[in-house]
Amino acid sequence: MSEPLLVIKDLVIEGYQEEQWNGIVHGVSLSLNRGEVLGIIGESGAGKSTIGIASMGYARPGCRIVSGSINFDGVDMAMASEDRLREMRGVRVAYVAQSAAASFNPAHRIVQQFTETPVVHKVMGFGAAEQKSKDLFKSMDLPDPENIGRRFPHQVSGGQLQRAMVAMAMSCDPDLIIFDEPTTALDVTTQIEVLAAIKDAIREHNTAALYITHDLAVVSQIADRIMVLRYGNEVETGETRQMIENPKEDYTRELLSVRKVHQDKADIEGLGNDILTVKNITASYGNGVRVLEDVSMAVTKGTTVAVVGESGSGKSTTARVITGLLPPEMGEILFHGEPLAPSFKDRPQDQLRRIQMIYQMADVALNPRQKVKDVIGRPLELYFGLKGDAKKARVKELLEKIELGENYMDRFPSELSGGEKQRVCIARALAAEPELIICDEVTSALDQLVAKGILKLLQDLQNDLGVSYLFITHDLATVKAISDEIVVMYQGKVVEQGPRDEILTPPHHDYTDLLLSSVPEMDPDWLDGVLEHRKELEARGVVNLRT
Amino acid sequence: MDQLIAMVAKRLAFGLVTLFVISLIIFLGVELLPGDLAEALMGQAATDENVAAIRAQLGLDRPAHTRYLEWIGNLMSGDLGTSLATKRPIADLLGGRLVNTLFLASVAAIIAIPIAITLGVLAALYRESWFDKTISMVTLSFVSFPEFFIAYILIYFLAVEFNVFPSFSKSTADMTLWQQLYSISLPALTLILVVIAQMMRMTRAAILSVIASPYIEMATLKGMSRPRIIVFHAFPNALSPVINVIALNLAYLVVGVVVVEVVFGYPGVGQLLVDSVSKRDLPVVQASVLVFASTYVLLNLLADVLSILANPKLRHPK
Repeated sequence: MSEPLLVIKDLVIEGYQEEQWNGIVHGVSLSLNRGEVLGIIGESGAGKSTIGIASMGYARPGCRIVSGSINFDGVDMAMASEDRLREMRGVRVAYVAQSAAASFNPAHRIVQQFTETPVVHKVMGFGAAEQKSKDLFKSMDLPDPENIGRRFPHQVSGGQLQRAMVAMAMSCDPDLIIFDEPTTALDVTTQIEVLAAIKDAIREHNTAALYITHDLAVVSQIADRIMVLRYGNEVETGETRQMIENPKEDYTRELLSVRKVHQDKADIEGLGNDILTVKNITASYGNGVRVLEDVSMAVTKGTTVAVVGESGSGKSTTARVITGLLPPEMGEILFHGEPLAPSFKDRPQDQLRRIQMIYQMADVALNPRQKVKDVIGRPLELYFGLKGDAKKARVKELLEKIELGENYMDRFPSELSGGEKQRVCIARALAAEPELIICDEVTSALDQLVAKGILKLLQDLQNDLGVSYLFITHDLATVKAISDEIVVMYQGKVVEQGPRDEILTPPHHDYTDLLLSSVPEMDPDWLDGVLEHRKELEARGVVNLRT
Repeated sequence: MDQLIAMVAKRLAFGLVTLFVISLIIFLGVELLPGDLAEALMGQAATDENVAAIRAQLGLDRPAHTRYLEWIGNLMSGDLGTSLATKRPIADLLGGRLVNTLFLASVAAIIAIPIAITLGVLAALYRESWFDKTISMVTLSFVSFPEFFIAYILIYFLAVEFNVFPSFSKSTADMTLWQQLYSISLPALTLILVVIAQMMRMTRAAILSVIASPYIEMATLKGMSRPRIIVFHAFPNALSPVINVIALNLAYLVVGVVVVEVVFGYPGVGQLLVDSVSKRDLPVVQASVLVFASTYVLLNLLADVLSILANPKLRHPK
């Protein structure tokens, strides 16, 4: 065995926040051999990205490497001069970011950005670099590899751009690539292609990699070993198979089990009565492009209808139509059998009260200048005219319902964690005593364990209050966990709908099949199997994946 | 591309509407001035009879809207009217003056814009250093003084004490380009000092606001040097606000030179405007103000179009 490529010893990194330095990484050590892939997983705040970019000798603004050594092939990246680091970055060690759309410069063509590293570092001339870009784009399975580089980043789809960024990282044949959540921002069906491209590329070039992600199933497809981090400390490290099949630590086991949230249905009065019926809705935005075509669905009392689909499938637009934010062109919406006015402006206040909404970004949905009691108190005042002590008592009651104590009343949103913010949003929706809550990707921005808590809370509240949910999500694990009915959407149309177990058991509609099979499983061999399956689907012309 | 043309056409239409509104405001403003042309012309000799006779002669006894329509109608056909003081066509009077004003403004712009942008880029590059702070302090102090004050200070030092440049900026047809440049050196310097600060500050701020973008971090992690990151990665994305501020300052250079032209006795439109107001030569005032307004609208239109063009998403649609 030769010398390891990267050895990190007792790395301590601090971040400056609220006028003091706080630890982000507390003495983490790791070692990586040439050609080896180490998966680093953990929830947000675990310090995984910080460690990843620290191995390039870089700390984000407001962060500093305090102590420890980062030995990359004989160079201490923690101590090296800026000039020395600049020579190494991009050439010996390269970076692949989470969002290619944000990490490609919008002002330059892709090929200009690809060739920048080799040309500026004098590894090769522009002509050779351009030729290399074409070769790499080809091996990444990008469409029209000869000309795609001539495009600007916004002219290429997200999944393609992500692959182009992987190609860019490989432009100088680096020894090590840091992958920082490279597939997190993608749809499940797109994620697979990028994952496969990454796997092939690093295998073929024998490149070592640090693969950072929060998704254990994704990392198990690609990593030789996995390291679990929590709060800036190492939890455990081991061979991929052993970590999946036989983790030592409880925390790892918890991460593995996140995908299983069980549910019990309580007895709810009037269970199954129709609350909301959406009939043959067709809608478009101002530009005349149809975003919904002939969409129908129904929500019954005390149940959860999950609307699944990839981005652009029209699921959020459906919510906008139901809430009256986007009046439909055709079709109607019935609420308890009564037609709802197309625009929310024409709906009586009591109707508005009975349909509430919870959003994906709790951060943005809360006014940062309002205390929790004001956030929750506002609908109480508006709909029920509660004031003073009565209002305060009700706010307290609601806070208990969402498992937060009375002491949260006077806090501002900035003093809450992500999960707590989402709970406050739930309480605000509940304050109106709605019959239907539309949940738009409410757990997508949250860490797995926090998301699990929110789902459980929603489930308990349903059992308790008999409220119905229209649950919009792209995450099939969530769907499996909480839905009673499933509506699958694709390109503005409903592809399939029915009771959960019916949808989830074969035979599926072809698109549902593709969607379901794309969800990574905790099985290191899953990726190879699913790629075979996709080829069949594609051969049958079910979906065009090269869009 | 069609989208782009439609956008430009829309802006152009807006510009025309703005100009129309401005012409109305100018006419009304002049109309509201106490006294009228007839009284001003007659001066001490103004008896009711005389004034009425002159009014009839000038057509001032007709209702305001008729006169406005006539004025606008003549404007459309390129006739700016006749000066009352000199009896010469306003177009002749304005033409030469406008060339002078544009010459002064262009010289100031050609020097000021590259300096301002370079200083802005350097300030962003060495953010929070002594260089950045000195540049900000110096340029901001120039913009804080009124321009006539800067003009007199420059005259005192560069014309009176050291006699490097002339304090009186004359301009005649027989002067060579070099002589003309020498003649306007002080007013140009005054204008440059006044306009640099805003453009430089905006360049710096616009660059710093894109510095936090992920693509800048990406460039750093590709091993790019800081100067390259600022110039190649940050600046192209900071163009739009910079273009807008440049256009505003160009407009200021043309419109705001009134004071500077007067201080240096430079025969530009500003000087003409001030002279005409004191002589109550109202048709000339109307025409000059309209020229200023058109410049303003035109430059802003240009800025709009250029900042649209600076956005690659609009330049290269999907």
